This record gives sequence, structure tokens and C-alpha cells, in this order.
Amino acid sequence: MRIKNTIVGFFLLLATWFLLNGKYDIVTLGIGILISLFISLIFCNKCEIFSEMNFSPKAILYFIVYVFVFLTELVKSNFDVARRVLTPSLPINPGIVEVETKLKSKLGRMILANSITLTPGTLTVKIENDKLFIHWINVVNTDIENATKDIAAKFEKYLKVIYG
Amino acid sequence: MNQTIEIIGAIVTLIGSLFLFLGALGLIRMPDVYNRIQAGTKATTLGTMLSLLGIGLIHLDWYGKIIVLIIFVLVSNPISSHVLAGAAHYIGIPLTRRTVIDKLSDKPMIRVQKENSNSETVLTDEKTGK
Repeated sequence: MRIKNTIVGFFLLLATWFLLNGKYDIVTLGIGILISLFISLIFCNKCEIFSEMNFSPKAILYFIVYVFVFLTELVKSNFDVARRVLTPSLPINPGIVEVETKLKSKLGRMILANSITLTPGTLTVKIENDKLFIHWINVVNTDIENATKDIAAKFEKYLKVIYG
Repeated sequence: MNQTIEIIGAIVTLIGSLFLFLGALGLIRMPDVYNRIQAGTKATTLGTMLSLLGIGLIHLDWYGKIIVLIIFVLVSNPISSHVLAGAAHYIGIPLTRRTVIDKLSDKPMIRVQKENSNSETVLTDEKTGK
């Protein structure tokens, strides 16, 4: 799957190049393609990040839905933090709980951990293989199945299709 | 037309700075380091995103750079707070007294035996605890 790595890396670099430049003339395009090709050929051969990604139409659709779910959760979590901070009695009930993930790929787990950190009241403290230790600001369930259902399930069903 | 977009951008930046202020307030009010990281991460991520978006609306030709910046903030902010929280727990910074459970510390085995809980909890702790 090395060629897939190189191709994905190339397009990511090219997109970043165009966003940073803001110009779309032929010289910029040429230099961008040249540099992106060079970097992706040298560095993306050894990394294995993108080889686990799916690029089927279903996965792309799920990715778009996932971005919207994630942004809603981010806004929700900010209002949650605002409410807790502004309430005089400081309504928190914190604790560290354990969550189990079914995701196998490293990138998928990283994105799951990042999403959990940015959702209401949860913060990933440590990842050990398929166990995630999560600091929860308002502990509802302490056992592993229910905590997984409450925290990780809403992202996992999308990430499982995208990253396998 | 141009004026309207500028005013909208200013309002978006203002909302972003409001979230940043709430994050700062959370840093002061929360009782321990983990809760402080929680308040800090979420509020600063959305606050920075909105502030950058507002600046992007005011200076429309910076839009590409703003998008790159937002993606970098979105990816790197949770990772840094995750590493900070993990390091804090590793060197043994205590959790606040209001904490109800700590599955990550080395002590839950003893606590579970004292409470006479079911065997399933003990098994999971044996697996993960070193």
C-alpha cells in the first residue's frame, strides 16, 4: 500500500500549498506539484498513516457526516463548559473512567481520542492498546460498557467505516 | 456590502473572544489540573476557531491561510492537552476531593476488594493495571 500513501500525501501537500499561497497561476501550480511530489516520494514511503484509510463513496459520505457531528459536539461542549463555569456552585462530578474501542488503526484511534477530548465534559488522559482512560467531568456510568456507549459510540460508528 | 461582511467578521471575532474569556475563567474556577485542562481545551479551540474565522471575513484574501490555521489548531490542541493530562497523572498530581472514581491509578484493586464488588471489575483492573 505504499503507492496509496504517496498519492494521499501528495494531494494533502498540494492542497496545503494552494491554501497557503492563495494564487492559482501556472507557476505556482508547477512549483507546488514539483515540491509536493518530491516530499511525498521521499517521506510518505515509510509512514503507514494513510494506508488504513478507506476511500469508498460510503466512507467519504460518512466523513462529511462525521465532520458535522463533530462540529455540533464542539459547540455543545463549549456551552456546557460555559454553563459549568458560570454557575456559582460549580456543578462538577469528576472522575477517570475506562472506555474500550473497537478501532484497529492508529490514525482512527488518534482521531477518536481527539474527538473525545473536544466533546462535552470528556478528556482523554491515556491510551493503552484498545483501552482509553477518560477524565469525565460529570461521571454517570463507571462500568466499561455503559461508559463506552455514552462517550465513544457516537463517533465510533462513523470512524469504523472511514478507517476500518 | 463590504462593510456588512466586515461587521459580521467583527461580531464573529467578538463571540470567539467571549469563549476565550470563559476558558480563562474556567482555568481560575476549576478545582484541579484535569478539570482546568478540560475547560481550557474546549473553550480555546472554539474561541480560536471563531476568532480566526472573523479575521478571515474581514480580510477575505487571507482565507486559505486561515483554513490551514484552523485545521492545525483543531488537530494539535486536543493532542497537547491529552499529553499534559497524561503527564500530570504520571507524576502523580492528585485529583480533586470531589472525584468519584479513578480507574487509571494503581489503587483501584484495593478499593474494589474493600467494597466487595463483583468479580468482573477486578478482572478488568488486573488486565490493565501493571
